[in-house]
Amino acid sequence: MSASYKKFNSDDLAELRKICSPDRVIPGAEVSEDFCHDELSGTFHRPDVLIKVASAEEVSAIMKYASKNRIPVTPRGQGTGLVGGSVALFGGIMIDLSGMNRFLELDQENMTLTLEPGVLLMEISKFVEEHNLFYPPDPGEKTATIGGNINTNAGGMRAVKYGVTRDYVRGLEVVLADGSIIEIGGKVVKNSSGYSLKDLIVGSEGTLGIVTKAILRLLPLPKFKLSLLVPFPDLSSAIKAVPAVIRANSVPTAVEFMEREVILAAEQFLGRKFPDNSSDAYLLLTFDAAGKEELDLAYHAAAHTCLEAGALDVFISNTTERNESIWSARGAFLEAIKASTTEMDECDVVVPRLHVAEFVLFSHSLQKKYGARIRSFGHAGDGNLHIYVLRDELKEEEWKKTLNAVFNELYAKAKTLGGKVSGEHGIGIAKRPFLAESLSPREDELLSGIKQIFDPLNILNPSKVVGTK
Amino acid sequence: MKIIVCIKQVPGTSEVEIDPKTGVLKRDGVESKMNPYDLYALETALRFKQTHGAEITVVTMGPPQAESVIREAFMMGVDHGIILSDRRFGGSDVLATAYTLSQGIKTSGGADLIICGKQTTDGDTAQVGAELAEFLGIAHVAGVSQIHELSDREIALDLDLPLHIESVKVKLPGLVCVEKGIYEPRLPSFRRKLETAGRDIKVYTLDDMVDTDPNHYGLSGSPTQVKRIFPPESTNTHESWEGSDAELAERLFELLEDRKFLQQLR
Repeated sequence: MSASYKKFNSDDLAELRKICSPDRVIPGAEVSEDFCHDELSGTFHRPDVLIKVASAEEVSAIMKYASKNRIPVTPRGQGTGLVGGSVALFGGIMIDLSGMNRFLELDQENMTLTLEPGVLLMEISKFVEEHNLFYPPDPGEKTATIGGNINTNAGGMRAVKYGVTRDYVRGLEVVLADGSIIEIGGKVVKNSSGYSLKDLIVGSEGTLGIVTKAILRLLPLPKFKLSLLVPFPDLSSAIKAVPAVIRANSVPTAVEFMEREVILAAEQFLGRKFPDNSSDAYLLLTFDAAGKEELDLAYHAAAHTCLEAGALDVFISNTTERNESIWSARGAFLEAIKASTTEMDECDVVVPRLHVAEFVLFSHSLQKKYGARIRSFGHAGDGNLHIYVLRDELKEEEWKKTLNAVFNELYAKAKTLGGKVSGEHGIGIAKRPFLAESLSPREDELLSGIKQIFDPLNILNPSKVVGTK
Repeated sequence: MKIIVCIKQVPGTSEVEIDPKTGVLKRDGVESKMNPYDLYALETALRFKQTHGAEITVVTMGPPQAESVIREAFMMGVDHGIILSDRRFGGSDVLATAYTLSQGIKTSGGADLIICGKQTTDGDTAQVGAELAEFLGIAHVAGVSQIHELSDREIALDLDLPLHIESVKVKLPGLVCVEKGIYEPRLPSFRRKLETAGRDIKVYTLDDMVDTDPNHYGLSGSPTQVKRIFPPESTNTHESWEGSDAELAERLFELLEDRKFLQQLR
């Protein structure tokens, strides 16, 4: 497929330097290695040119040029993706949107925030919370851009109660493959006006268009928050308690499960003790509310439910310091596991809540079968699991074979349970074969057809999500 | 062995408002919590309960609603609670506070070991522990970063001093002020909350004290007068640098070193 793209040359560079100021158009050889990969290990491709764009008009002009000359274009935020979505597989143009990072409007009456795609997730929460407003999606990677979050339909911890990024995107400005600029959705709360293009773009990983502006929906900020750390004798009893906890009185904002060995790894990694590490498995529940009484009612009901379901105790974390002691460890799990091995890959599968326990126990059983360490923690409340296969001392060949075999088993099992390939990281290149495998031929045709309509020349982030099967 | 831990209820956030006229902290309508430094003192005591079978009492001075921090201490595993509450204790400075605590502790029958946190997050003086020990006439140390051994007669520990660590033994009865981070404090338990919901808390007023002279308490017993309290200035300025990775790393290192964010490994 790459053969059909125009070979990028110095004339192209000169032309692109007429669109954006030359200092923002960086030739491939001078592009920092950071832009040649994302957080997916083992994938490295250098773009022929990196353009740090400043406006939708610039993106539009670049797309017009790219489409006229058939040059592949890879949009990119902070490069924190986990599946290779923002890697320039075929070289060509990389559009860096991280410099388009302005807040454009906070509309307090409509409770919306209009912003550019390069704004970081952590900047959004800080900005809106100062105005007593709340942007609920809460993916772990706070230095990711909102553009990246929209393109992967990122989820995060609060999905149990509040849903995911798509639920908070009201409107988008998008530059299409031919350079036209469209505005879809808007500040409206309801919308039954034809097919929802906005919802198609959300989660499209830059394969259908480039998001240059977004209107996000906000909620009033819940002032009171509390976490419960609930020890259980084993993982199975912990996860089996989850459906009852979610049914009890008030939906928690987050339900996470964690095992002792991951906690110990985090303790070692941070050089700091977790408030409790005496049990094999824990649930971490969080609650938020507008008032203290409401919060107390919610957590009391959940605490009683946990004890009835076999919890050893229920520990209450009700201050900044206590929350910090728990969440700093929770935030370090991924890095701690990473530090404990040579290389790892992750399965971000999502299954219906009822089957979480079965799925996690199944993933554990694969450790013995394939002789590889497998670690997991994650969102027990929304069924999105993060299962890590660790390379340790395996040789390259053996590692690839083992990883593939384990992943095949995991995705096949997920499918039988009614699960999906990716809960929140997206497909990119890493999960493309598994997505293709999971789709029916008709579904596959529909996805490819949509891509064809939006991007007939296949220049927008090619071979991501859909494409070669 | 009897251990007393001194605890205090403080505002729940660090963004406290100060009444510009009186210079007093505005506590109305502000969520409150246990002074975070006291959690380390409690954790230290609770470990002695596990290892030495010690019996732990918490003492606090404050309005009746300070009962909630005692209930929280029960949820962490503390056995008894005493609250020193009387309008005549109001307006106490550190000296009057330490004196009132010493009187309350005498009334309660005293302890082999008294443990305090480093300081409070609202007053920040870090003086009450030492003054309390002086009023009781017992040995005391502050800056305790590690405890090696506890017996009926003495406690062996490390003091974290600015330039070195000092290992000392303190005769009991004595008082120690522990540093933040000596142990990771345990979380309050919901099971214990249910178990201790009906547990009595002793309330001492001025009339219960050995010294009942009101002139020694509250505002009249306080030699310190606060002239002005103001929050420290904070700025939100930032600068951005450009350069090669190596130059930026070097510059960042120098800045962190200059601002004393980097500590030499001991």
